[in-house]
Amino acid sequence: MSHFRADIRQRAEELVALYPRQRSAMLPLLHLAQEQDGYLSDEGIAEVAVLTDTTPADVRGTASFYDMFHLEPVGRYVVGVCTNVACLLAGGEELLEHASVTLGCPVGATSEDGLFTLEETECLADCNLAPCVQVNHRYVRTTTPDAFDAMINDLREGRLDHDVPSHGTLIRVKRQGGLRVAKDDVAAERAVAYAARAARAEAAAQAAAAVEIK
Amino acid sequence: MTDVIRTSVTFTVDGRAVEAQPGELIIEAAERAGSYIPRFCYHPRMEPVGMCRMCLVEVDGPRGATLQPACYLKVADGMNVTTDSDKVKKAQDGVLEFLLANHPLDCPVCDKGGECPLQDQTLAHGSGETRFAEEKRHFVKPIPIGELVLLDRERCIQCARCTRFASEVAGDTEIAFAGRGDLIEVASSPTKPFDSVFSGNTVQICPVGALTAKPYRFSARPWDLEQVESTCTTCAVGCRVAVQSSGNRLTRVLGVDSEPVNHGWLCDKGRFTLDSIDANADSLDPLSAASRITDPMVRVRGVLTPVSWGVALAEAARLLHEAGGADAIGAIGGASLTNEGAFAWERFLRGAIGTENLDAQFGDGLDPVLLQSLRLASIDDAACAPVVLTLTGDLREELPVLFLRLRDSFVHRHHTLIELSSGPSALRSLAAHALAVRPGETPAIAHALVSGQLPLGTMVSEDELSDVRAILGDGTGVVIIAGRANLAEDQRLVDEAVQTLAAGLAQAKFLVALRRANVRGALDMGLGPRLRPGRGFDASASGRDTPAQLAAMVAGTQRATVVLGGCVLGNVVDQELATKALEVSSIICVTGHGGATLAYADVVLPATVQHERTGTVTNLEGRVTAVVPKIGAPGAAWSDVAIASELAIEWGQSLGLDSIELTAQAIEETTGYAALSVLQDQAFDGVVMGLNVTPVARHAMDPMAFPGIRSTKTVGLGESTGTTTLLDASTLATTSSAAPTDVTLSKVDVPLADAYAFRLVLARRLYDRGVAMQGSPALTGLVGATRLVLHSSDLDRLGLASGARVLVRAAGGNFEIDVETDDTVLRGTCVAPLGTLDANGFNVVSMMIDPSSPVTQLRLETR
Amino acid sequence: MATLDAPAIVSSRRDFEDSFTLSRYLETGGYCALRKALTMFPEAVAAEVDAASLLGRGGAGFPAGRKWSMLRRSAISYLVVNGDESEPATFKDHYLVERDPHQLLEGVIIAAYALQVSQVFIFVRGEFALGLERVQQALNEAYSHGALGSKIFGSDFSVDVVMHPGAGAYICGEETALLEALEGKRGFPRIKPPFFPAVTGLYGEPTVVNNVETMSNLPWIVNNGGAAFAALGAGRSTGTRLFALAGNVKNPDVFELEMVKNTFRDLIFDPALGGGLFEGRTLKAFIPGGVSAPWFGPELLDTPLGQDEVGGLGSMLGSGSIVVLDDASCVVRATWRIAKFFSRESCGQCTPCREGSGWIERIMYRLEHGGGRMEDLDLLLDLCDNIAPGLTWPPQQTTICVLGPSIPSSVHSALSMFRDDFVAHVNHGGCSHD
Ligand SMILES: Cc1cc2nc3c(=O)[nH]c(=O)nc-3n(C[C@H](O)[C@H](O)[C@H](O)COP(=O)(O)O)c2cc1C
Ligand code: SF4
Ligand code: FES
Repeated sequence: MSHFRADIRQRAEELVALYPRQRSAMLPLLHLAQEQDGYLSDEGIAEVAVLTDTTPADVRGTASFYDMFHLEPVGRYVVGVCTNVACLLAGGEELLEHASVTLGCPVGATSEDGLFTLEETECLADCNLAPCVQVNHRYVRTTTPDAFDAMINDLREGRLDHDVPSHGTLIRVKRQGGLRVAKDDVAAERAVAYAARAARAEAAAQAAAAVEIK
Repeated sequence: MTDVIRTSVTFTVDGRAVEAQPGELIIEAAERAGSYIPRFCYHPRMEPVGMCRMCLVEVDGPRGATLQPACYLKVADGMNVTTDSDKVKKAQDGVLEFLLANHPLDCPVCDKGGECPLQDQTLAHGSGETRFAEEKRHFVKPIPIGELVLLDRERCIQCARCTRFASEVAGDTEIAFAGRGDLIEVASSPTKPFDSVFSGNTVQICPVGALTAKPYRFSARPWDLEQVESTCTTCAVGCRVAVQSSGNRLTRVLGVDSEPVNHGWLCDKGRFTLDSIDANADSLDPLSAASRITDPMVRVRGVLTPVSWGVALAEAARLLHEAGGADAIGAIGGASLTNEGAFAWERFLRGAIGTENLDAQFGDGLDPVLLQSLRLASIDDAACAPVVLTLTGDLREELPVLFLRLRDSFVHRHHTLIELSSGPSALRSLAAHALAVRPGETPAIAHALVSGQLPLGTMVSEDELSDVRAILGDGTGVVIIAGRANLAEDQRLVDEAVQTLAAGLAQAKFLVALRRANVRGALDMGLGPRLRPGRGFDASASGRDTPAQLAAMVAGTQRATVVLGGCVLGNVVDQELATKALEVSSIICVTGHGGATLAYADVVLPATVQHERTGTVTNLEGRVTAVVPKIGAPGAAWSDVAIASELAIEWGQSLGLDSIELTAQAIEETTGYAALSVLQDQAFDGVVMGLNVTPVARHAMDPMAFPGIRSTKTVGLGESTGTTTLLDASTLATTSSAAPTDVTLSKVDVPLADAYAFRLVLARRLYDRGVAMQGSPALTGLVGATRLVLHSSDLDRLGLASGARVLVRAAGGNFEIDVETDDTVLRGTCVAPLGTLDANGFNVVSMMIDPSSPVTQLRLETR
Repeated sequence: MATLDAPAIVSSRRDFEDSFTLSRYLETGGYCALRKALTMFPEAVAAEVDAASLLGRGGAGFPAGRKWSMLRRSAISYLVVNGDESEPATFKDHYLVERDPHQLLEGVIIAAYALQVSQVFIFVRGEFALGLERVQQALNEAYSHGALGSKIFGSDFSVDVVMHPGAGAYICGEETALLEALEGKRGFPRIKPPFFPAVTGLYGEPTVVNNVETMSNLPWIVNNGGAAFAALGAGRSTGTRLFALAGNVKNPDVFELEMVKNTFRDLIFDPALGGGLFEGRTLKAFIPGGVSAPWFGPELLDTPLGQDEVGGLGSMLGSGSIVVLDDASCVVRATWRIAKFFSRESCGQCTPCREGSGWIERIMYRLEHGGGRMEDLDLLLDLCDNIAPGLTWPPQQTTICVLGPSIPSSVHSALSMFRDDFVAHVNHGGCSHD
């Protein structure tokens, strides 16, 4: 009855296991739900609520705090153009306007073919190559209108498929293996370490006292 | 918890030295010292979040005086707090201006206008003109976030009171903040709306008009409202309420912050079912629970016909005389009466007529003598007990505000809950242990708990049992909440279990989870076989309880029966027996509401109901509080005291109970029960009978914490001192010197389980088809349909999916019904809700029940 | 002339294309420091860090050694690494997670050992898709290399590291908001007290939160000793630091410079560094440490790049990002954009920040785009004063966290430095730069 595909569900369960409390897996799970559906569907939200032992309202409320989560369907490519100070000084606003013309949709909307959603972003921390553009959170480093148009063409024609997976897929490198350190072992290990440390501190204090007496 | 302050830190507020408890918040301690600090998000019943920043004050620290939130910072010895400096004033004015920046100027059409803390603050401190020249933030105007609550996001000031209530207090996190920055909003999920049974509390504590309740919206302006403080009698928790009306029309009920009882909270049924009292002029059909009964009636040629009181009383007296002797007369019901009403009827029925056949319960409670012999616990005792053992149904459905008090104990104070579980419960996820008790096993499990001997065949494991036994010990610090988890399980089985626990856990105390309004008061006034007013009993006497009376009616030995409030057919599980009984006996119904029973009534005497009458009531812990009328009763309705007294005169004997005050006085003088004392000093939290609980004076209520309630210290009630000394409640009243073990109970044998059948758990629902729900258009649609709920593995075994229909072969015949899964239902059992109807409006529950057996077994087949 | 002879402590692999791989890392001395640390007592490692006087690189500049010493002793404690870098024009952690994830990991494991913490979370900004993949790859490699997991490198020390992706919210860089995000909640900064995560942090347990760059310094410190680190720089500002230079300069980039030994002038104008302004432009102003910092004018160009040196002049070195504005750019527009950023990124808890930032942003919008009024200028200042009373530095707060006072710091400094520009906008009915 899972909404998640079997592989996604399995990864979801692995994720939950990485955290001391299941709710902590919220953000990675939401990324995963978005990876499957391209956005956060009601079904995806409901499944995350179960996996994190919360409610749909809670999950939705949490997700809506974060810009990267989309509660409505978006294009296959979410194109973000930064207009924050560094990019502003380098023509970010103008590039955003240009992008809007190229994609034929206003900022915040999805192009007619459903392929692109255009966003104005805050600083993307790539300010040496301003104005900065990301597609599905991959830097495409196209700072001029022409380069932007060429990049859009490449996307349309699948030439960037390798670099830019469809929207929602964030981390393509999977974690290999879960936690390796057993909780009980840690407690024991820590107890020994703390005791040893206390003994050393004690010894050091005695040594210092001895020096003082001398 | 009491008012007594353990003084141990001293700090300075505005130059004055103030003593405070360690850990107390500045905002509270300063207020006590006379410096009121403005606030919005702070609410005394919830964890502070320090978000609105309205309460900023200057606090001296290592880096000089800095602005700090008084609602969040705790006092410390030597701390220096300034609440009135220019810097504080500027900061607070700044916050107020920011709050108003985007706030719409729709006060004239806003429900909160006139009682709005934001409006009040603005009038008191605001500059009068706005510097905000921008376009205000816009949202779509009110959107429903649940069945009963609407949200106007433009008015929201993001104080998080509603969301905190939902998650922290109620545990229904179905509303949460969404969005960020100045687009932050409260939101519910489109797939799972905010349908908490506590949703109305969010409306009450919203400091602006952002949350409004559908039933109240636009119905009144605050300045037209008059208010009294009273007690809610929708269930036996007895929450203290402010009842408000506009003229003779009830408009609103708000929760009053009673420290020992409800902490200001109410359930939606208690809050919103006002229409059932005064707004149902449309319904005239006496057989409908939505109707009010306003005229005396007698049956003339088969038809109930309005008559004068004189005619009706004469006819009633005639029927009673005609019955032929005291034992041919009986009375069923009484839980909806006040203590005074119950006492008057007891004096008439037992005192004047001499019958012992009285029962305020409908066969769905516990043995009243056993109950009177238990060591009692208060709600506070239960909420503070390190260990609570429940032997009840789902408390959220049965006694909602008790559920809130307990939930707080388990969630925030980490007390231990052990559930004897027969079906789903909203507390389950908080329980340290939930011991499975299948129908019929209740006495055996109770016995196992005290003896350690696990009988064969239960679902409880040895390990589980020994863990629980270790926690329970000899019962020290344990409060047992006992009620009827399953109305399809014979009462005597539960009685036996309670007796076993009381005997085996010598130190444990009991809170009895009886549900009906004033059932405790009615029993305390003697409306039960073998009982005597003032919580006394004569264990050697014998009288018929409700099931026995019904049987006697059918047998022809009980020929006249008085039905005291409450509908027999609406309450007795064995409908077939009840119908037959009503058909043959003369029936005198004393009631304010219509109902199916009236089809069999020979005389109907209209009575006043809640919010129309004066008197006292007793909640499940034994707390006596006052009920105060807010509106006049419709038509010719009389108080129950008046009806009983006049009928007694017609019968031929005066009770001497000529007014409610005189009745209260008689109760107090003859039994020591605190009726008159409480009636004369209505504003405080009442007196707990049989427990040494110090009465405490109520603080004036902070209108910011409980907007809409005018100070309950004064409104309509006179100044309460809270120092009533007429009584020492601990020495009171009862002749209950007997121990639980002295009470003789009848034994009953449980048939062996039928491997092919499911044992039925019949569970109460808050939203049932009772008078309150049917009479309230806003809520009546919330009554769920009857479904059978099974464990998923059982459903799999039957080859069924959730939502499918099954064929049920039951004692009363075969029928079809929808099934659902819930894995907290025990395997081999099925749960059905009492007081609901199936999809075709059919009461299938009465068909399921097997009255010939102490447990009901159902066979389920796929269609 | 800039002083460029200090060793590259965190950017030594800058010139390798494959700097992020384990093989390159091992070839260039990787994980030696960790092996060395494991031969030392944990407290000795901490002592080296203390001796290094390593100031936190996340913005607040709190000494890492001091912070570590505050960690409450408890059966469970956590180390959380802050890689949320979202302060506008700050892009040095981006460089570190993408280009040198193993160096970060090695630092993290060393810290975990010194702190005796067995579970670490590395919070990486969600928009760093490549960075996230690189860190995850590095984690996988480190596990198989034996540098992570149970009994690392055969020692008695075991540690797990989990990478936690952010999801787009600047405020999650604030350490308590970050912990909330890590607990799966909305990123609302926690109200103080408790003041220090080291006492009450993740799940209420003691937690050290350190920045990515702070961590990345640790391998060098262990290899070379705290004293060698402290020998670089001057005063409290020791070692080197990554400076992210952005805005109207010829060569915006991340540069590792010895602390204090260079000035803002060196950074902006040295041909080997910023390379100066574009032809014909003169410097109007610069922001010395992230956009939450008050601005500096050209007269302060010779201020050394040191924490106290900048702090003493009423601003901060903060996140180490320097934004340069030349005379052709519009300060009103820049200020409006910064206000817009803070308004968008306010978490929304505190009334002054939530409502005040939105209000200020809208006034600034009008000033820039037409519709500004002369009285708006004083209104702006008063609104700023209501968020950060007194408009002092460091700011006083009416809010829970210091995002609130961040708008006032830029609006107030821009308005006091360039009131004429604001007045011109009012008179002109908007911006005249277009
Ligand atoms: C609004 C706000 C944003 C912050 N953003 C970041 C950030 O992106 N990265 C960071 O390391 N620290 C950030 N900080 C500082 C952290 O709260 C914290 O001081 C730092 O991570 C501690 O690490 P350090 O001691 O190693 O510098 C921010 C603080 C505030 C108030
Ligand atoms: S100052 Fe702003 S960002 Fe910080 S907690 Fe308050 S509202 Fe949130
Ligand atoms: S911040 Fe203290 S009352 Fe809101």
